[in-house]
Amino acid sequence: MGALTLPLDDYSAFVRAEADGSSAIDVAVKGARCANCLAKIEGGVKAISGVTSARLNLSTGKLHVAWRGNKAAPIAIMQRLSALGYEAAPFEAATSLGADESEGRTLLRCVAVAGFGTVFVVGLTDAVWYGGTEMSASLRNLFFGIAAAISIPVTLFAAQPFFASAFKALSKRQTNMDVPIALAILLALGLSVYQTATHAAHTYFDAAVMLAFLLLIGRYLDFQLRYRARSAAQHLVTLQSALARRVKPDGEVETVAAREINAGDRIVLASGERVPADGALETATEADISLVTGESVPVGFHAGDVVRAGSIITGVSVVMKATARVDDSLVADLARLLEAGQQTRSVYVRLADRAARAYVPLVMGSSLLVFAGWMLAGGPVSAAMTNAIAVLIITCPCALGLAVPAVQIVATGRLFHRGVFVKSGDALERLAEVDTAVFDKTGTLTFGAPVLENAHDLPPGVLEAAARLARASRHPMARALAAAADPGSVASGVREVPGAGLESNAGGRTQRLGNAAWCGVTHAAPGGLWFRDGEAAPVLFLFRDHIRPETRAMIDNLAARGIALEMLTGDQAPAAETIATEAGIVRWAAKVGPEDKAARIQQLRQQGHRVLMVGDGINDAGALALAHVSIAPGSAADVSQRAADLVLRGDTMTPIVEAVDVARKARRLVLENFAFAAIYNLAAIPLAALGLVTPLIAAVAMAGSSLIVTLNALRLAQGGAR
Amino acid sequence: MSEMAVFIAAALGLGLVSLGILLWTLQSGQYDDLEGDAARILIDDDAGPP
Repeated sequence: MGALTLPLDDYSAFVRAEADGSSAIDVAVKGARCANCLAKIEGGVKAISGVTSARLNLSTGKLHVAWRGNKAAPIAIMQRLSALGYEAAPFEAATSLGADESEGRTLLRCVAVAGFGTVFVVGLTDAVWYGGTEMSASLRNLFFGIAAAISIPVTLFAAQPFFASAFKALSKRQTNMDVPIALAILLALGLSVYQTATHAAHTYFDAAVMLAFLLLIGRYLDFQLRYRARSAAQHLVTLQSALARRVKPDGEVETVAAREINAGDRIVLASGERVPADGALETATEADISLVTGESVPVGFHAGDVVRAGSIITGVSVVMKATARVDDSLVADLARLLEAGQQTRSVYVRLADRAARAYVPLVMGSSLLVFAGWMLAGGPVSAAMTNAIAVLIITCPCALGLAVPAVQIVATGRLFHRGVFVKSGDALERLAEVDTAVFDKTGTLTFGAPVLENAHDLPPGVLEAAARLARASRHPMARALAAAADPGSVASGVREVPGAGLESNAGGRTQRLGNAAWCGVTHAAPGGLWFRDGEAAPVLFLFRDHIRPETRAMIDNLAARGIALEMLTGDQAPAAETIATEAGIVRWAAKVGPEDKAARIQQLRQQGHRVLMVGDGINDAGALALAHVSIAPGSAADVSQRAADLVLRGDTMTPIVEAVDVARKARRLVLENFAFAAIYNLAAIPLAALGLVTPLIAAVAMAGSSLIVTLNALRLAQGGAR
Repeated sequence: MSEMAVFIAAALGLGLVSLGILLWTLQSGQYDDLEGDAARILIDDDAGPP
C-alpha cells in the first residue's frame, strides 16, 4: 500500500560511521527483483555526488550505500530511490547489523571444514576397508593415526553447533535431537582413539566426521529457511516504520518517526498519506478506511471527527491532533492481538520435534539395553561398549535431520517461483492440516477498488464530461470514473471540497461531481457519485467492487480438496451477499468488525477446526494471527503481511490452491522420510546390537539413507516448472 | 613407505589449500547474495574501456 514518501530532512538516526571515515546507510528497497532494477538503482545512487559505493543485495533487498563529505547524501539517496519508483526505507543503524548473517557464515564454515575432513578421512579409511588383509598392520595403524589427527580437530570444530545446542538443552534439563548427535560424535571419536591405541582393526573416525558433515548440511538448509523468513519480516517492519510530519508550536513542520508521536501533537496529513495514529481532524476531509473496517467506499469526515490509524486520506490535506500514541492506536491494538496469536501458534510442535521426542529416548534406551545385554551374556566390557556405541552411531538421526529441511526448502523454493512467499517452514506443515478456509471480501475475493457499474445506461456525453472533472481528483470513485472513460483532458479550475465533491466553473457553467447533497439531490438515494451539469437533471454513477476473475475457480478448487469455506467482511450485507453468491460461498457474514473476525476464528478453533485465514486489511490482522495458518496478498496492509504465514507476491489469488497442494505433498514426503528412517533403524539396531555393523557398513548406511531422503524430497520439485 | 608419506602429505596439503581458499571466499562474502551475482553478470558495463 502507499507508503509515506515524505521529504525527510534528518536521517542522522540511520547513518553509521564506518571505520575508514566514510558514512554509510542501509536501506530496505521493495520490489527490486532483476538485473535491470539492480543496474538502475546502483547506477542512480552512485551518480549522487560524494557516494563512494552502492551495493544492492538482491537476495535480501538491502541496499548498502557509503559516501564521504556530502552531508545531504541520505536525503538525495531516498529521493533518488523514490524517483526511480522504488518504495524504500532506511534500516535503523542498530538493527541493520545482522547477527543472522554471521550465524550463516559460521554454519557454512563448519560445513566446509567438515566436508574437507570427510573427503580426506574417508579416503584414508576406505583404503583400509578395501585393502583388507593385503595391508600390513603397521600401515593400517599409520592410516588410523593420520585419520585421528585430521578427524578429531575437524570434527570437534565443525560439530560445535550441535555441542552448543545439546549443552543448552541439557543445562535446562531437557533433551533434543542434538543430544544423541553430540553423544554419537563424541563417543565415535573416543571409541576410535581407544581402538587405534589398542591396534584394533576397526575405527569410526570416518563415521564421526561424515555424521557431522551430513547433519550440518541439514542444519544449514534449515537456517536458510529461517533466515529468509526473518529478513523478510525485518523488511516489513522497516518499510512499515512510518514517518510523520509534526507541527511544532512555532508553526514549523518537522519530520519524526511515527512512534515518537504523543497525544496532543498536531500532525500534517497530505492527500494519499496513511494516518499514523488515531487523531481528531481539525478540518473536514475524506478517507479510505477499507484497511481498517473493510468498507469499500471512502467515508467523509467532519472537523472534530476521529480518524483511526491505518486510514488513507483521500480528500484534501488536513491537520489532525493525535489522540493517542502510535502504541495505543488501533494498529498497535492489532499488533498486540497479533502477538497473542503468535503465542498460541508457538504451541504448535513442528513435525521434526515431534519425531525427536519419540526418537531420542528410543535410541538411548536401545543403546543401554544392548550394553546391558552384552554384559549379562558375559561378554567383555569392551565388546559391550563397542556395540552400544555402534547402535548410537548407526541410529544417529542423519536422515531425520535432513528429512524435514530438505523437503521444506524444495517446497518453499517451488512456491516462491509461483509467487508465494512462505515465511516459515512450519507454516507449510500447518497449511497441510487445514480443513476450513475463511476469506475476507474487500481486496481478497474482490479487487478492493470500485468499478463503474452503469456506464451503458448513461445519457450520451455525460461520462466524458464527468471524467474531465474526475481526472483532477485522487478519490477512488473519481479514479474509477476516469478509468471507465476514454483518455481525455482535465477540466480547468477544478475545486475539490472534501466530503462533498468537485466543482468547475469553466465558461460560466457550473459543473459538479460528488455526493447527493453536493449536486442538489434531496431524495434518499443509494451511494455512488452524482454529476450535475449546469441546470440539467443530476445523473447518478453507480460503483461496485468487482470479484476477481480467478476467485470462483479458486473457491471451487479448495472445496474440491475438502476444505469448508466461509466469508467474513466488514462491508454492508447487500454487497457481501452479491460477492458471496458470485464466489460460490454459502456461509458468510457482513458487518463483522476486527474483534468479531478474531472471535469467529477462535470459535472455529475451539470446535477443533484447523483454519486458514486469507485477508488483506488491518481489520483482518488479528484473525490472520489467530488462525492456524494465514495468507495475505502482496497488496495487503503491512501489519497483515506481518501477521500472515504466507504472502502472495502477485495480485492474484490462484496460487493459494497450489500452496495447499504443495504443503500437503510436502507433509506426505516428510512422513515418508520418517517412515523410511524408522524402517532403516529397525533393521540397523539389531545388526549393531549383535556387533555385525562394521565401520564400512555404518558409513554406507549413513550416506545412503541421507541420499534417499534428499532424493525423495526432490520429487516435490517435479511439476514446479510450468 | 616413503612414497606413501609423500602422497599423503601432498594430498593433505592440497586439501588444506583448497579449504583455505573456500574459507577465504566465504569470509569475503562471496556467497552472501547469489541472486544478485547471477543478475549482476547480465549488466552491461558500458562505462569502462572496451
